Amino acid sequence: MAELNWLSIQDAHAQLKSRQISSLELTQACLKQIDAVEGRVQSFLTLTPEIALAQAADADKLLAAGQGGPLTGVPVQIKDVMSTKGVPTTCASRMLENYVPVYNATAVERLMSQGAVMLGKGNMDEFAMGSSCENSAFHPTMNPWDLERVPGGSSGGAAASVAAGETIFSLGSDTGGSVRQPAALCGVVGLKPTYGLVSRYGLIAFASSLDQIGPVTRTVADSAVVLNAIAGHDPKDSTSLPQEPKDYTARLGQDIKGLRLGVPEEYFVDGMEPGIRKAVEQAVSDLEGLGASVRPVSLPTTKYALACYYIIAPSECSANLARYDGVKYGYSYQDTDDLWEAMEKTREYGFGPEVTRRVMLGTYALSSGYYDAYYLKAQQARTLIKQDFDRVFQDVDALVTPTSPVTAFKLGEMTGDPVQMYLIDVCTLPVNIAGLPGLSVPCGFSDGLPVGMQLIGPHFSEELLLRIGHAYESANQWVAARAKI
Amino acid sequence: MPLERSQVEHIASLARIGLTEEEVQMFGDQLSDILEQFEVLNELDTSGVIPTGHAGGLQTVMREDVAEDSLDSEDVLKNAPRREGDFFRVNAVLEE
Repeated sequence: MAELNWLSIQDAHAQLKSRQISSLELTQACLKQIDAVEGRVQSFLTLTPEIALAQAADADKLLAAGQGGPLTGVPVQIKDVMSTKGVPTTCASRMLENYVPVYNATAVERLMSQGAVMLGKGNMDEFAMGSSCENSAFHPTMNPWDLERVPGGSSGGAAASVAAGETIFSLGSDTGGSVRQPAALCGVVGLKPTYGLVSRYGLIAFASSLDQIGPVTRTVADSAVVLNAIAGHDPKDSTSLPQEPKDYTARLGQDIKGLRLGVPEEYFVDGMEPGIRKAVEQAVSDLEGLGASVRPVSLPTTKYALACYYIIAPSECSANLARYDGVKYGYSYQDTDDLWEAMEKTREYGFGPEVTRRVMLGTYALSSGYYDAYYLKAQQARTLIKQDFDRVFQDVDALVTPTSPVTAFKLGEMTGDPVQMYLIDVCTLPVNIAGLPGLSVPCGFSDGLPVGMQLIGPHFSEELLLRIGHAYESANQWVAARAKI
Repeated sequence: MPLERSQVEHIASLARIGLTEEEVQMFGDQLSDILEQFEVLNELDTSGVIPTGHAGGLQTVMREDVAEDSLDSEDVLKNAPRREGDFFRVNAVLEE
């Protein structure tokens, strides 16, 4: 029964279903690992062992009766940006330090109704703004592969907890790369679904036209299992797309012979680590070896994506975060009778520097006299970026790129320079701008640190991306690599 | 063009965020750096391009106007910083 906490969802499910193991044993194995490593990794903001053990006991009853599904009894960490009824949901912000939601996010509700076991809430950059998890108001998270390095962000806790064997899987959110980039830096699998595929109800808003919930898992197949559970139309989210239920695991295991893959040169940016280029080029050649045909393609608008994103996302952020006024919930400055002073102090003390920076940036881009030059221009650039993808997907089925131009960097290395930090998202944020799905799959190491390759496809091509990722993963040994923690 | 101090203060007041002296300086420098990155967009010919608000492709979604249960008001008030009866309490909005 050794090391149950390192199982994949599918292996855990097989053993739970056959009653070789109980959910209680599986959950306790995760809790034991958390006890052993959490002091060093710090991937959680809140631990909920009582809830986990009670849910595990419930799951065991179902499983004993021959009931339950692929996630019944399987432990999960939930990023602290998703509302969990009765469990603090802080967004890693002082603003929401004492906030306790009175309802569940739809994605959380779906996991819970399928019997998943909640271990706790995952650390993140404050309000999901950041690429290193260092913007958490409470504490940083460390990369299990090297504790002096960041796990990436903003879903740093989600990726680190899976990589450290603290949980079987995690749920994160991705606005510009926040699931895929930390997954790449921690050597695990991260999926950003098509915009509108997974309900955003109960996901605390950062940039509403870009935000999307996605799983962090050990294997590509596990990613498909979680997507099965969380995807689907939700009347509570008006951007949730009507769709037929689909089994995302159905085509796993099919070969990829004859698939046309494009490699966009623009994603191999100047300054990219040579080890990343090498690993991704090797992965491309492996995919070719598996029968795919590979061709270079060009997405010329890629160079405008960063500016486009850092106008649109902060603009939406400044509007969304206007709700934190100290009136209805959250931190509230009370040492004054003046309404405006109370609001300004509430936001001054409640928000950390990166959130303030983005609120101000967005406020400026939307302000009188600058709207056309910034926000409108960025929305037009968004159209052109989207058209670039549409054009290239007439010739290829999917794209292969690096997920991140850097591997895990040292804590504190980038915090002084916001522009440098923003550049890290250069390969992931075009995908959010166009609303596409993106999957990051481990594809080797550079100087001992994990490297991720990103697969990008047209809207609703998750099944295809998962099939390609699974074929690649099955032909390589990276999935067996484990951080020594 | 770097942001002037008065512009930083104006943005902060629009955003209703208090800033310390140090922060006015720091955010002024950093926002100026970031705005410089945006200049690349000027290379892009966007004349006649229809702006994209979101990439989902949905238009306004309607539903039947049917009353449904909503959250219990006692629950909703649980997170209120200040309440009075069934109300959120705030500072006076209008001066006497």
